[in-house]
Amino acid sequence: MPEVVVDVVLKPEISDPQGQAVLGALGRLGHSGIRSVRQGKHFVLEVDGEPDEAELRQIAETLLANPVIEDVELHLPTD
Amino acid sequence: MRIGVITFPGSLDDVDAARAVRLAGAEPVSLWHGDHDLQGVDAVVLPGGFSYGDYLRAGAIAARSPLMADVVAAAHQGLPVLGICNGFQVLCEAGLLPGALTRNSHLHFRNRDQGLLVERADTAWTSSFSTGQQIVVPVKNGEGRYVAADADLDRLEGEGRVVVRYVGGNPNGSSRDIAGVTSADGRVVGLMPHPEHAVEDLTGPSTDGLGFFTSVLTALVVAA
Repeated sequence: MPEVVVDVVLKPEISDPQGQAVLGALGRLGHSGIRSVRQGKHFVLEVDGEPDEAELRQIAETLLANPVIEDVELHLPTD
Repeated sequence: MRIGVITFPGSLDDVDAARAVRLAGAEPVSLWHGDHDLQGVDAVVLPGGFSYGDYLRAGAIAARSPLMADVVAAAHQGLPVLGICNGFQVLCEAGLLPGALTRNSHLHFRNRDQGLLVERADTAWTSSFSTGQQIVVPVKNGEGRYVAADADLDRLEGEGRVVVRYVGGNPNGSSRDIAGVTSADGRVVGLMPHPEHAVEDLTGPSTDGLGFFTSVLTALVVAA
């Protein structure tokens, strides 16, 4: 069954305190070479039949992500 | 006057909101998110809580519930709508109010009595106050940081769309200390603090919150 992946991250101009907390933990663990962390969401959608890109893009941009604060990337299955 | 209070799965403050409506002198009407029926109410309150457990984003799934389609359509016809905390998040997710609410900058849930500066005393929900008045109501949220693009914030400020601003400290890192905003027509208002928890001396830090609920009665009388 085709799987469609949608990745959602906060826009660069929206501060990400969760990512910053992870970055702080990395520093305490001695990983000093990590410059920044942005935390996001990863959705995996199983689709019946041939994925409809327009419909999936609409789902991604209107429900899975809030375009006011988030950027979204749609990854369709490649044959 | 009949004021609807919507219950979503995970709403917590619907009973307090209904109580505030009653104390203000109106009749509260319980509305269920899954219905397509506003029951002819004169105004609607979206209460605080954690609808759908804040899954996906706070308010995101509740904003797509059946009744919200009716609320959005009625709001575009001028129905007064007040969103408190999770209700504010729902209104932003439904596109009735600009901006979004995100995780508090300090990552902690913050629960305290909060000073607010009333900057708009001419909306359907704030006419009982005066411009520049300071009030105290409880604030309690984990995802209450109001954000929008800088250009959008400039536009909102220019249009006078900020209704209340935090004073005496910003509890969640909200942009420009914004605690609540309104629609262009002043009929839809959302705020993170909880006026319904400040309506009686016994249980609240003040009775300042009652003003939100008495305001809408005035707005409805004027409109009638």
